Amino acid sequence: MQGLEMLSNPTFFVIQLLNSVSMGMNYFIIAAGLSLIFGVLRVINFAHGAFFMFGAYACYTVSSEWGLGFWPAVIAAGIFLAAISVFLERTLFRFLYDKEHLMQLLLTFAIVLIMGDVAKLIWGTDQYSVSYPEGLKGAWNLGVTFYPSYRLVLCGIGPVILLGVWYFTERTRWGRLTKAATQDREMLAALGINVPIIYTSVFLIGSALAGVGGALAAPTNSPVPGMDVFIIVECFVIVIIGGLGSLWGSFLGALIFGLVYNFGSVIFPNGQDVFAYLLLLVVLLIRPWGLFGKPEQA
Amino acid sequence: MTSPMSKPAMLGCLLVLIALAVIPLLGDKHAMDVTVEIMILALFALSLNVLIGYSGNVSFGHAAYFAIGGYTNAILLTSYDLPILVSMPVSVLFAMVAAMFVAWFCTRLTDIYFAMLTLAFAMLVWAVLFKWRGMTNGDDGFVGITIPAFLDGRIPLYYFTLIVVAASIALLWLICHSAFGKVLVAVRENRTRAGFVGVDTRRMRWTAFVVAGTFAGIAGSLFALFKSGMYVENAFWTQSAQVLIMTLLGGMYSFFGPAIGAAVLHMLEITTNRYTEYWPTVLGGILLVILLFLPDGLVGLAQKVKNKFSGSGGAR
Repeated sequence: MQGLEMLSNPTFFVIQLLNSVSMGMNYFIIAAGLSLIFGVLRVINFAHGAFFMFGAYACYTVSSEWGLGFWPAVIAAGIFLAAISVFLERTLFRFLYDKEHLMQLLLTFAIVLIMGDVAKLIWGTDQYSVSYPEGLKGAWNLGVTFYPSYRLVLCGIGPVILLGVWYFTERTRWGRLTKAATQDREMLAALGINVPIIYTSVFLIGSALAGVGGALAAPTNSPVPGMDVFIIVECFVIVIIGGLGSLWGSFLGALIFGLVYNFGSVIFPNGQDVFAYLLLLVVLLIRPWGLFGKPEQA
Repeated sequence: MTSPMSKPAMLGCLLVLIALAVIPLLGDKHAMDVTVEIMILALFALSLNVLIGYSGNVSFGHAAYFAIGGYTNAILLTSYDLPILVSMPVSVLFAMVAAMFVAWFCTRLTDIYFAMLTLAFAMLVWAVLFKWRGMTNGDDGFVGITIPAFLDGRIPLYYFTLIVVAASIALLWLICHSAFGKVLVAVRENRTRAGFVGVDTRRMRWTAFVVAGTFAGIAGSLFALFKSGMYVENAFWTQSAQVLIMTLLGGMYSFFGPAIGAAVLHMLEITTNRYTEYWPTVLGGILLVILLFLPDGLVGLAQKVKNKFSGSGGAR
């Protein structure tokens, strides 16, 4: 095992660890949106991957083509996806909340198909590169090693988003209302709360997270057609490991995913995808509803 | 106990069978290729419907068993020089064993969790096919399959496919219309009640999964022969979604619906590709129409039209 020997080198180990965490944090931002939407709306959104891709493309357009800078592009991507999601929610999703889950799943898949073509229409089939933001192009000295500063910043953004989403869902009136909406929609409506607005807002925030996640990923994963259908299954793996609908679960799931992916590929080169799915299997053997998930009601 | 097929349905099947047997005599190579592919896809969609239409479990990873059947057949024929009489049964067996294993995990969960788990397993299969280059040739695809001499040529392959598909569909029909099929419907309609009458619902769902996976394996092994190659895309989750759409388009509450859906969707794809590269958008549009307006698919639509003209109530 050549890989194991390499890991005994502390510098190499730290680099792999940071790779895992920064990747995990980027994935967490996307998966958190997916999980939030599922937690409240009970919709598994395949289009979340397409939202991610649009976020990455939007980041390219705003930062590279329009030259407005990277951070404004990240915010623009979030707003862009929030707008798209509100449109989709108002025109399509709305009609399917009461239908079977199969119908909802397939509706989101129809959106994947159409958005994939729309992306090709707007951005073509080229692979774009997005440059790192100003001031984060180099590496920082961590004592044991130098490490790309942008990725270190990503490691910090993840927990900030975790705390932000946690605060909004657990400590605000809006958060309490979303919880009430999952428990008893009719009762909430009878109490004079505008439930459709709550649903729209959850969908908007979840989708904006996908857009921001896509924009933040753009410098490391160049936007390219087809990235949507890959990221979505990886996010599914993360939220299933963590437990569908659980915020902390997605955080932990994303970290585990990053670790398994990076260390797995060191020990068995090219095996990283296989590892991620094997990991899922092991978790589900022990806890069928994921690490933080609650058993479904029959 | 098997419920017999109604006379008009039997006549219809006979007519379709005769039509399929006659197509090669017309000598149109393109028509033959299209028909072979439709037959394979029809079997694939029908196999999925055992799980979805009959037992009510939505699998988002059905392409895995199709791909396992196809790749096993391809590898055994080409890399191991085995005769087709060995390679086909073994490839179907592989698909079946994989389905048995996955079904054990997946049937512990229901509904959306079930769908997600089938998807995850299918992606595991995809990842293995993708990364195991030495065996599968990875994303370059496994091309240039050694086709046995007696199947080398369009016409022999056509009739071979026809016979295997017809026999498989007949077998599926018997399974779905046996007591087992009835119990599956009971499980679909109300799992709790079916459990109360003494049905081991998890075991029933497991069996439905295995039946579905096995027949998907047959379809896959035929596909490998027809394309003379297998590609990792055949195992990707979008492929699973495609077969799900076929099933839904035809109508998942009728036995033959999915086969009709497969035929219609495949022909639409061929026609669309002639004019535009935006087939995904067309497919997405079709899907939206089904979801919003045709919940019971084309068969349901035909039923509705028929009821309107005969003036009777909407009995299904």
